[in-house]
Amino acid sequence: MGAESSPKIVIVDESPIRAAILEEGLREAGFTGVVHISEMHSLLARIYALDPDVILIDLENPGRDVLEQMFQVSRAVRRPIAMFVDQSDAASIQASVDAGVSAYIVDGLKKERIKPILDLCISRFNAFAKLQDELERTKSALEDRKVIDRAKGILMKLKGLTEDEAYILLRSTAMREKKKIGEIAQSILTASEMLK
Amino acid sequence: MTGPLRIGFIPLVDAAALIVAVDKGFAAAEGLDVTLVREVSWSNVRDKLNIGLFDAAHLLAPVAIASSLGLGHVKIPIAAPFNLGLNGNAITVSPALHAAITGEISGDPFDPMATALALARVVAKRRKSGAEPLTFGMTFPFSTHNYQLRFWMAAGGVDPDEDVRLVVLPPPYMVDSLASGHVDAFCVGAPWNSVAVDLGVGHILHFVADILVRAVEKVLAVRQDWSEQNPEVLAALVRAAFRAAEFIEQPQNRAETARILAQPERIGVDAEVLQRTLDGRLKISPDGTIRESNRYLLVGREGAARPDPVQAAWLYAQMVRWGQASISPEALRTAQAVFRPDLYDAALGREGKLADAPGAIGAFAGPAFDTNDIAGHLAAFAIGRQKS
Repeated sequence: MGAESSPKIVIVDESPIRAAILEEGLREAGFTGVVHISEMHSLLARIYALDPDVILIDLENPGRDVLEQMFQVSRAVRRPIAMFVDQSDAASIQASVDAGVSAYIVDGLKKERIKPILDLCISRFNAFAKLQDELERTKSALEDRKVIDRAKGILMKLKGLTEDEAYILLRSTAMREKKKIGEIAQSILTASEMLK
Repeated sequence: MTGPLRIGFIPLVDAAALIVAVDKGFAAAEGLDVTLVREVSWSNVRDKLNIGLFDAAHLLAPVAIASSLGLGHVKIPIAAPFNLGLNGNAITVSPALHAAITGEISGDPFDPMATALALARVVAKRRKSGAEPLTFGMTFPFSTHNYQLRFWMAAGGVDPDEDVRLVVLPPPYMVDSLASGHVDAFCVGAPWNSVAVDLGVGHILHFVADILVRAVEKVLAVRQDWSEQNPEVLAALVRAAFRAAEFIEQPQNRAETARILAQPERIGVDAEVLQRTLDGRLKISPDGTIRESNRYLLVGREGAARPDPVQAAWLYAQMVRWGQASISPEALRTAQAVFRPDLYDAALGREGKLADAPGAIGAFAGPAFDTNDIAGHLAAFAIGRQKS
């Protein structure tokens, strides 16, 4: 690698979407040599063949232990690789573990060159986690909506309430019981199933 | 109740004392609120323990030592007040390698010297015929599995760095890799050896107890500074693990233990397979041959849970032998100080002590281990990669 050319980056991630998000971010930032490995088969052999300067791996990947072997100086290892840890920068280690990503670098690559890559990686991983979170929340909100509608229907029928009255009853019960309105609605559905 | 504790573990049978402590209520009885977090790699367990995301962890004993020595990673002093298991690993070989070793062996197939010498002949023949070197899977560079494989084959004259390939594989990938021919053999903990035998893709060649009579495997690990800041919590945790280990070691509790471990969020493997390990009664060949050992995995019995600094010294000696660590009296002291029988005794009082503690190590080859002369001890082994 020439001193000023773009470092070769390998992303090891079984999530194709997250890898694509990260790859796009790296390219936008001017890192052009990015390769994604999603298949854990012969991981080490593939990494040696690609001969990267930086390896980014998601923490949910069991292949991480395989990478640890690259720290060992042995016949099998051509270029020693180290985990990116900067003893003076505990916050950045914490941030990367929190985000769920870890970076490995070839010996000798300067800290100033890896830092922006890792920072970008952390922010993209966090963005992906946020996206997934929102998706989950939307999904469960939709589920709640359906459950609440059905519970309202039961209350309207059994107690002769209007739709608004049924909703107010659900809401006030939820507040009194310190539960979510969806949980109260679910217990009405469960009870009405049992009493059928 | 103290604040909630987060404890990381890898789904292996030797996490049993921790899992049972939590799921059977021994931890709650000590006033502890513990959340067990299942992890996918030793690197994650180590890093999350190091940066404080975990309060404690089920950890490979050599990783605790490597962390304290700053080998391969940031230096974080670790305290290990409780052994979660002794022994428990096995060496499993492919049917083809099993046939090759059987063809070359003279003597008892359970004698590790006989198999190691046979392996040396297999390796020599393969080299002569121009075949690829054999590949052995193990779980981590700083692992008992790595050192046990190396100790065994080197005793027969096989240089683990020159004559064969040793590769790291996550335990759940071992069986697939053996089936697909990516490795010819592996050394791993339970239940993966049994899984390979059940699928007909492997033969258990050795229990680790064949190689070392008494080998510490996993420890309960905490950061040393955490142990100093939370002595009461740590003592409660040690007591909970001790009660769980006592429970597990009662033969009438083995079936229940296996069911607890089998839950999908714990180990997630069939309870029957898990119980074989706890009972030390393993199917070693796809033809159904059973081999029993009362030393297969020790969870607490025979004083197994009490940390023994001699074990730490032996592991450090292996790091020196294979070029992972330099030899120095300071490093030896640091390694030994990771193992904390004092914390174990403080938590359990007289109850945890053994009147007559069994001797450590008991390796099948070489002179008896001598903590006071590691250089002299290692000089007795022909093959090694010591740093000059």
